[in-house]
Amino acid sequence: MKRHEFVCIMCPMGCNLEVLEDEDVILVKGNQCKRGYEYGVKEISNPTRVLTSTVILKNSYLRRLPVKSDGEIPKGMIKDCVKFLSKIEVSAPVKMGDVIHKNILGTGVDIVSTRTVE
Amino acid sequence: MKYDLVVVGGGPAGLAAAIEARKNGVERIVLIERDRELGGILQQCIHNGFGLHVFGEQLTGPEYAERFINELNNLKIEYLTNTMVLEINDKKEVYILNQELGFRRIEAKAIILSMGCRERTRGAIGIPGFRPAGIFTAGTAQRFINIEGYMVGKKVVILGSGDIGLIMARRLTLEGAKVLAVVELMPYSTGLTRNIVQCLHDYNIPLFFEHTVIDIKGKNRVEGVTIAKVDNNRVPIRGTEVFYECDTLLLSVGLIPENELSRNAGIEIDARTSGPFVNESMETSIEGIFACGNVVHVHDLVDFVTQEAQRAGRGAARYIKGEAIDNGVVIRTVNGNGIRYIVPQKLRLENLNDEINLFMRVDNIYNNCRLDVKLDGKIIKSFKKRKVTPGEMETVKLKKSDLSTYNDCSLSIEVVKE
Ligand SMILES: Cc1cc2nc3c(=O)[nH]c(=O)nc-3n(C[C@H](O)[C@H](O)[C@H](O)COP(=O)(O)OP(=O)(O)OC[C@H]3O[C@@H](n4cnc5c(N)ncnc54)[C@H](O)[C@@H]3O)c2cc1C
Repeated sequence: MKRHEFVCIMCPMGCNLEVLEDEDVILVKGNQCKRGYEYGVKEISNPTRVLTSTVILKNSYLRRLPVKSDGEIPKGMIKDCVKFLSKIEVSAPVKMGDVIHKNILGTGVDIVSTRTVE
Repeated sequence: MKYDLVVVGGGPAGLAAAIEARKNGVERIVLIERDRELGGILQQCIHNGFGLHVFGEQLTGPEYAERFINELNNLKIEYLTNTMVLEINDKKEVYILNQELGFRRIEAKAIILSMGCRERTRGAIGIPGFRPAGIFTAGTAQRFINIEGYMVGKKVVILGSGDIGLIMARRLTLEGAKVLAVVELMPYSTGLTRNIVQCLHDYNIPLFFEHTVIDIKGKNRVEGVTIAKVDNNRVPIRGTEVFYECDTLLLSVGLIPENELSRNAGIEIDARTSGPFVNESMETSIEGIFACGNVVHVHDLVDFVTQEAQRAGRGAARYIKGEAIDNGVVIRTVNGNGIRYIVPQKLRLENLNDEINLFMRVDNIYNNCRLDVKLDGKIIKSFKKRKVTPGEMETVKLKKSDLSTYNDCSLSIEVVKE
């Protein structure tokens, strides 16, 4: 049985998780809620993160538009996604929630705007 | 100009306070913000993690702000941006300045202060060395990168492990810079554990506790910094110096509530929080002037700022309508062992609706402990805690019935090891 220790990042509680892994069972201990359980399981199988960054904004007094991924992206791909986004340009007006880029680097996840700029 | 309520500062605290005051029947409200847009510090905090308590989801800073800005607009609350409040006084006059109106005086029935806080700078911590370009507070770097679109450097050392420093370690890394180290004077981080994990561990950025920067090299631009270990008295230990070649030093060494306006008005400031003394309604020592958010004490979660601001908004509404009760039992809060401060500092029992949240910070890390709440020396409640740390604000919820007493008295909270 393999044993891992994580700090859950799903909320500010920061529970200390102990994840035990066998061939076909995964046990999570120390979590105080369901989200912590899911985080523990995912962290040993396929760790993912929400990505937040900015893209270039034209036609506004603001030079950058904040964006986020509309779902979680494999941890190992975050850097490439940010690099990709740093070259993308959008033009105001933009609404919060507008899709800025579909299916980023084939992850199946969309990048959306996190603010409205008139 | 005449208003019932003037709100100073358009960050999450000011927004929530204005909205809550309107919902509680205050008609003429104006919110004043010196920046070109509303939202305060949230507009530059593009990372997520905001709003878990208030909305039950993880929002980014701008998203959290936008929800409140939309509500402000729906409620048709007036606001002025690009407008600086220069002075307030105990007669509840507010002096403002902007390009269109010039210098104006506003008469208000009540004022809510929500100016937020400021970062401590290099001057505040006294690092020796030259004064080259390349030294920024972490928040300034955050604004440059996330809003203005300028990168601040390529090889970076960060002093201080507060949340802003941790968030910036990740942000800089993703933007292509190399973060060589995060250096923390104390034996523990003042940031949230989850931020250490997702900002440092995820990117293999080393964190050195009980270390500090003792020298900065470079005359025009930072060329490197020297780091050393410190002893129990926080004095650098000779022989432990290590030189890091870098072009940028970020400081994330604490925030100070911004209370120039409050001080000049004669509002009493609590030395423990650097913010005004407040009562259960977030009213300061001057009747009718309220305060909320980071101007009162530095919060690590915006959700608590919102809660506190709503309390200020309700308090101001009650005051404006003449419904506040000022004669009655007063309970003062005092820190017991292990507690650094408690907000509010004073509770007027009659004004409590049904319950009150007390916000506090502990002075050290304690594992498996209790927070004992005592009213005039007698334990009235006890809360078990697995871990408390100075980096994470604690809250204790008390019911009005828990506090039943007939005399003025004091309420203390202390950390007790199990
Ligand atoms: C870098 C950083 C990262 C953070 N990360 C998180 C996080 O991940 N999760 C979380 O929950 N919380 C986080 N926080 C905390 C949270 O954002 C703050 O607690 C919250 O923004 C404080 O709100 P406020 O309204 O009191 O202050 P602010 O947001 O600072 O707003 C104060 C406003 O008052 C204005 N003002 C000041 N003086 C005047 C004047 N004289 N006249 C007119 N206007 C004035 C300022 O321009 C500003 O807009 C973070 C904070 C910072 C700084």
